[in-house]
Amino acid sequence: MSHKTAEKKAVARKDMTKWQWTWKEMKRNKVAYLMVAPYMIVFTCFTVLPVVLSMVISFTDFNMLELPNIVWLDNYVRLFLEDDIFLIAAKNTFIFAAIVGPVSYIMSLMVAWFINELSPKIRAIVTLIFYAPSISGQVYLVWATLFSSDSYGWANAWLMELGIINKEILFFEDADWVMPLCIVVAIWTSLGTSFLAFIAGLQGIDKAQFEAGAVDGIRNRWQELWYITLPNMKSQLMFGAVMSITNSFGFGAVVTALCGFPSVDYAAHTIVHHLEDYANQRFEIGYSSTIAVILFVVMIGANALVKKVLSKVGS
Amino acid sequence: MAKLRTRKHKVVLARSAGGDAGITVILIILGIFMFLPMYYVVIQSLKPLDELWMFPPRFIVAKPTMQNFKDLFTLMSGGLVPFSRYIFNTVFTSIAGTVGNLLFSSMAAYAMAKIAFPGGKAMFKLVRTSLMFHKTVTAVTCFILMSTFKIIDTYWAIIIPAWGTTIGLYLIKQFMESNVTDAVLESARLDGASEFKTFWTIAMPMVKPGWLTLIVYSFQDLWNQGASMYIHSEQLKSLNYAIQQITAGGIKRAGASAASLVVMMLVPILVFVITQSNIIETMGSSGMKD
Repeated sequence: MSHKTAEKKAVARKDMTKWQWTWKEMKRNKVAYLMVAPYMIVFTCFTVLPVVLSMVISFTDFNMLELPNIVWLDNYVRLFLEDDIFLIAAKNTFIFAAIVGPVSYIMSLMVAWFINELSPKIRAIVTLIFYAPSISGQVYLVWATLFSSDSYGWANAWLMELGIINKEILFFEDADWVMPLCIVVAIWTSLGTSFLAFIAGLQGIDKAQFEAGAVDGIRNRWQELWYITLPNMKSQLMFGAVMSITNSFGFGAVVTALCGFPSVDYAAHTIVHHLEDYANQRFEIGYSSTIAVILFVVMIGANALVKKVLSKVGS
Repeated sequence: MAKLRTRKHKVVLARSAGGDAGITVILIILGIFMFLPMYYVVIQSLKPLDELWMFPPRFIVAKPTMQNFKDLFTLMSGGLVPFSRYIFNTVFTSIAGTVGNLLFSSMAAYAMAKIAFPGGKAMFKLVRTSLMFHKTVTAVTCFILMSTFKIIDTYWAIIIPAWGTTIGLYLIKQFMESNVTDAVLESARLDGASEFKTFWTIAMPMVKPGWLTLIVYSFQDLWNQGASMYIHSEQLKSLNYAIQQITAGGIKRAGASAASLVVMMLVPILVFVITQSNIIETMGSSGMKD
């Protein structure tokens, strides 16, 4: 790899300081900077800067109308000590992420594993069935029909037909029902990129490894999965985990579409909703940025945790 | 030796029958859970009015009709803005965003994967880290930046951010790293080809599955865009937004709204069916090494 040769050269050259060498390398590779520039400019403007700006604004009382004042940690104090709704949102988000993240991750992995030994044609069809809900735009609105609050809703109709209930359940307007239902819908739409990555990862494992494993005393398919399959696709497992975490924390639009905004008694109010509430309805940008920063920290923490768990795979 | 061979045979090939059956049952149950709602949308969109309001609702349609799709078309032509405008908006921003994304991302991916330059690794690490952030979280600060650039309420507000998506660069860079050999590039460079030429004529043809995947991801994202906080003008809004308005019309539009969901889901599903094998191939190198 050219990368490696360049590094070797760096060690070999004793006549230059590190900076001189770097500068020389930069000049020599001018064209590389030219090639990354268009992407990096767009990426910086719409991905990096928004994150940095959120952090800065979170220390102010910016409201889009007046010049912002620096309030230091006031927003953070208010968030944790005075904002009861935020605590509800944090609790909901945590429940949500703790269920949807792992369930969708394990489901993706298991389904990918189950279909791995099927013939390619059947595998392609099963892949489509499981992947389709995640790419079909707003098709999740069908759940509003299935669980609609009148007796034309499929769930209500059958529960009444079978005599289990005698009055319609207002599924998406009932505080006891919104959260479980939203979790089900979230899982339904969550077999996305990580699912495809797992399928590909399983396909890429060298078959000889399984034979070698058998010689070493692997007895059943579960041992094979744990000691051979999973360690061989660790990098895909990590990539899939990052995608799953990002999705399970950023989940808000589906809840809004199904339960309205805000959801009844804030029963399905997540941190993302709380953020949107302060940003789009109250224009307290400083405060909403504080919420965004908290989300960044939580997501990074969740990723670090998962990385630690995944390092135990196969041991 | 003979003992070993029997053991090997037993373990590698003979899956326990109970396990096979269990797995098949789980797979079928999960498959039904995934498939039924999709199927129900399609069935609803084909039901005539009297079957839509049948109690209890059925999963079959006795007299399929295209009336709901015709209704959808009628509802579409009744709006403030001609419906063709919404279609144009979504198609135009999807194509413009995807083309730019393909060019920018693959060019940057090539430099990061195949040229050793100071800062290249750090840049990729930054891109990889940003995979963790969902874009709804940064929507507000994006809005502030966009109003500074004066692109709010223009097509640019949708198109330009699409040129720098994280997942596109990530996938294509990983794919280039494992599928383009340095030897091929070196020989092209020795022949005097510029980096741009090497990138375009040597590397790009070798990563066709990679850029097909990028196109699919970018297109799906843009195609499914709903109401955007960056767009106020009715004549710039997306197809998905317009369809939401129809769906919001309540129960008398149940048939038409099912038809609209079918129309919207058809495009991404077809695109995926055509490109599936390429996408899976790309995902093969999607792993995060550390």
